[in-house]
Amino acid sequence: MKFDSPATSNPIDQLKVIGQPVSRIDGPRKTTGTATYAYEWHDAAPNPAYGYIVGSAIAKGRIKSIDLTAAKAASGVLAIVTAENAGKLEKGSLNTAKLLGGPEIQHYHQAIAVVVAETFEQARAAAQLVRVDYISDKGAFDLSKLMESAKPEKITGGPADTAVGNFGPAFAAAPVQLDATYTTPDEAHAMMEPHASMAAWDGDRLTLWTSNQMIAWNVADIAKTLNIPKEKVRLISPYIGGGFGGKLFPRADALLAALGARAAGRPVKVALQRPLMFNNTTHRPATIQRIRIGATRDGKITAIGHESWSGDLPGGKADGAVSQTRLLYAGADRMTTTRLAVLDLPEGNAMRAPGEATGMMALEIAIDELAEKLGLDPVELRILNDTQVDPEKPERPFSQRRLIECLRTGAERFGWSKRSAQPGRVRDGRWLVGTGVAAAFRNNMLTKSAARVRLDNSGVVTVETDMTDIGTGSYTIIAQTAAEMMGVPIEKVAVHLGDSSFPVSAGSGGQWGGNNSTAGVYAACIKLREAVAQKLGFNSAEAVFADGQVKSGNRSVPLAQAVGGGALAAEDGIEYDGELAKKHQQSTFGAHFVEVGVDTATAEIRVRRMLAVCAAGRILNPKTARSQVIGAMSMGVGAALMEELVVDKRHGFFVNHDLAGYEVPVHADIPHQDVIFLDETDPMSSPMKAKGIAELGICGVAAAVANAIYNASGVRVRDYPITLDKLLPRLPEVG
Amino acid sequence: MKSFTYQRVTSPTAAAAAAVHTPHAKFIAGGTNLLDLMKLEIETPSHLIDVNRLGLDKVEPTPDGGLRIGAVVRNTDLAADERVRRDYGVLSRALLAGASGQLRNRATTAGNLLQRTRCPYFYDTNQPCNKRQPGSGCSAIGGFSRQHAVIGASDACIATHPSDMAVAMRALDATVETVRPDGAVRTIPIADFHRLPGDTPQIETALAPGELITAVTLPKPVGGKQIYRKVRDRASYAFALVSVAAIVQRDGSGHVALGGVAHKPWRVEAAEAALPRGARATVAQLLGDAKPTRENAFKLTLAERTLAAVLAEARG
Repeated sequence: MKFDSPATSNPIDQLKVIGQPVSRIDGPRKTTGTATYAYEWHDAAPNPAYGYIVGSAIAKGRIKSIDLTAAKAASGVLAIVTAENAGKLEKGSLNTAKLLGGPEIQHYHQAIAVVVAETFEQARAAAQLVRVDYISDKGAFDLSKLMESAKPEKITGGPADTAVGNFGPAFAAAPVQLDATYTTPDEAHAMMEPHASMAAWDGDRLTLWTSNQMIAWNVADIAKTLNIPKEKVRLISPYIGGGFGGKLFPRADALLAALGARAAGRPVKVALQRPLMFNNTTHRPATIQRIRIGATRDGKITAIGHESWSGDLPGGKADGAVSQTRLLYAGADRMTTTRLAVLDLPEGNAMRAPGEATGMMALEIAIDELAEKLGLDPVELRILNDTQVDPEKPERPFSQRRLIECLRTGAERFGWSKRSAQPGRVRDGRWLVGTGVAAAFRNNMLTKSAARVRLDNSGVVTVETDMTDIGTGSYTIIAQTAAEMMGVPIEKVAVHLGDSSFPVSAGSGGQWGGNNSTAGVYAACIKLREAVAQKLGFNSAEAVFADGQVKSGNRSVPLAQAVGGGALAAEDGIEYDGELAKKHQQSTFGAHFVEVGVDTATAEIRVRRMLAVCAAGRILNPKTARSQVIGAMSMGVGAALMEELVVDKRHGFFVNHDLAGYEVPVHADIPHQDVIFLDETDPMSSPMKAKGIAELGICGVAAAVANAIYNASGVRVRDYPITLDKLLPRLPEVG
Repeated sequence: MKSFTYQRVTSPTAAAAAAVHTPHAKFIAGGTNLLDLMKLEIETPSHLIDVNRLGLDKVEPTPDGGLRIGAVVRNTDLAADERVRRDYGVLSRALLAGASGQLRNRATTAGNLLQRTRCPYFYDTNQPCNKRQPGSGCSAIGGFSRQHAVIGASDACIATHPSDMAVAMRALDATVETVRPDGAVRTIPIADFHRLPGDTPQIETALAPGELITAVTLPKPVGGKQIYRKVRDRASYAFALVSVAAIVQRDGSGHVALGGVAHKPWRVEAAEAALPRGARATVAQLLGDAKPTRENAFKLTLAERTLAAVLAEARG
């Protein structure tokens, strides 16, 4: 189905099932331990062996020699695969660094071997007997020292540099100016389930049970890496214990399970060891961001400039931290630049809301600082500079943009008017209390997505698509879509996901999964409805699908009757022609309000309450959508207060490479969260009229926390994470 | 993990004797730290002697009105013990500030004293570490040292001892009871139990080879306000940046020990004379010889401010 004109009324608008707070249909499997995560396919392949990965001990250089003698002789060892004996491997298209390093080493903990043994414990013991001699090269590990040499690099959705009007003179002429530099650190996805795979070969055919967000991408990249046709690779990934962008691409577990299984001649399981999860994989790259904003004395932005620097391995990608600054606020003279330095740290890549997440961390502090300079309320300053059109291309309106309503609704609900604009004035026992606000912004991406639906003679509708559920609720919203479309209760829908033998979907990433994958199911259901109508002799345009019946005029027939003997199936997908997106800018909007306490003595920072108001098209399921948003808000608190991959700039690696050293929020850090969804539909997005929500929830949160800390304590911190040592020197004496 | 043999014994003396009899033997109780370290081959014992079933799991009054805590009393049980809660509040609070509920259910009194540092370089076997591999060097010096010691460190090691419990025990003047392979028992004041790193950071305690902790004894209750304040970046399940264990009497005198600043719980008895004059005067003596790194210099300010808050709470 081509989506080339705005959606009109359709069966989804009935909202009998869609839009309802349906509990996850996969919930019981997860809570009873019967959902098969990648490492838990106990019976799918006979007698699996276990692989343990050896990571490089240096960041850059070469392997001089590997001595496998002791490891090979260890008990239970079946095979050891290294770059030397793996056969010819291509580099996949998706990753920057090789998944199996050697002799050249590109980053710390790059996999250089997998030891396969009868048991996990034997593989682990033997792996520790692998002796490696390295020749270390000097590497570049400090972004702040490389800003001069950084090169222009394009970002998702735009070129390296953008400019409208003439920023320099306009900024210089502005009566009120803000010029500040902000830094964000490298961050880890730190999902609960590590990268894990089981591989089994049947002749030249490979089956990979894995944990992956993007099935079709990965089939192609694994096939390319192994030099085999795509048709010979099957990927199965129905349950995923968190991805956050860390599982968009194949990782070492998948490749080494495949190579290990080939070498050992039997199925092999490999889970990335937790201490490797931080340097072996991808991460959100650190940024340095300079923001300059010029405004009139009454608060109109006249000039806005955002420059961002990040680093990656040679041939890598830049963080798109400037992307929202192209769209969020008005201002006639504007510019953005993106610069990429070459670093020899592990590979940087997507992590929840790549681009906007880091960009909003900086921009939304800058707006708070500007508001203070202007003596304006930060909510009002944002409202004053709203734009209903793409400020770089004013002929393009936003398809929907209700930022002002988000801000106003949030301010009202949060009690913003009670806030003291003067920092450091509110005290509650040992706590200095403050509140902060930030806008939320994340673009909505459209990407084609297909599905197959089948109706059987018991009236059960089965949906198959290679869409993934990374904890987001895909199973449930897909079931809701099919139930709504076919007029059956949700219990009559079965959903099968994450298998490369199913039609290719949008997959999960960039908050595009929800809208696009359900639109694909919508398209397939339209086709199935036509087939049903035809079988039953109805005019498909007039047939109504409701209560398990198909009705037209006075005639009503049970849906299952259309099936006859076997089953009735239809396959279709949604495709976007790009014209709608060219004419309208599609983005999602929100507002974050946060209250924090700062301990008067220790400067410990604790979030007290949070509110997000979101305008993101139709909310397909307010329960799963809320879960997405509060999860993202929690991740934003982590970014604000504690998450940092600490770089050892001497040796080039992230030092705190386990979950004791890399802190993420615990329950005690997140006492109270509220989420409000504005009632909205966006007919430009898809027949579902929905948009992404899962990443909007993180964008702006950290800045709202930072602004609340400033309001509480009077200390402005521009370098994340905001830890107590950055506040201590500027707090008043303990009294 | 290296292969190891496992043994149960019938008495503390037998455990101590078995430990000297078998090369590279270690005692195991809760295993919450040892097993993790064995998986990473940071600890590589070839023999484990299980000390869980030796009757060392009781909390009993002592003749002079104190409390004798068996070596394998679980942290959860100790924190919840009515006598501990009533008479040694600082210890109960310190225990509950540490680890998680699950770990405290398993972790033991003696094991808590013997836990190893959480220095990230100690945990990464690719990196030099004098504690893990004597003579190889210290990666933390000149590296990431935010969590590390500010006082009592050496050119060989700047690691901290991670325990909360031990900091409270130091303030309480606890003593450690042990038995040796020949059956001889001795008591070690907790002040002398943990060592500073010096040139031998791999030697962390005063225990002789084979010597087994059987109990920790607390003296008669001293009353006072008993406060344990642990400062950390997140609200739970993190090691202390700085912690303060304080017992403050009505007249302003008291005991203070700091966690998170040194290779052992840090207490300077002489500094306590300054307590009635406040935190600044006290910390000036407590941490007067501090040599922090650029990354952890904040701990000096933090210790002073935290103690100030604790003293204010004690007064209030």
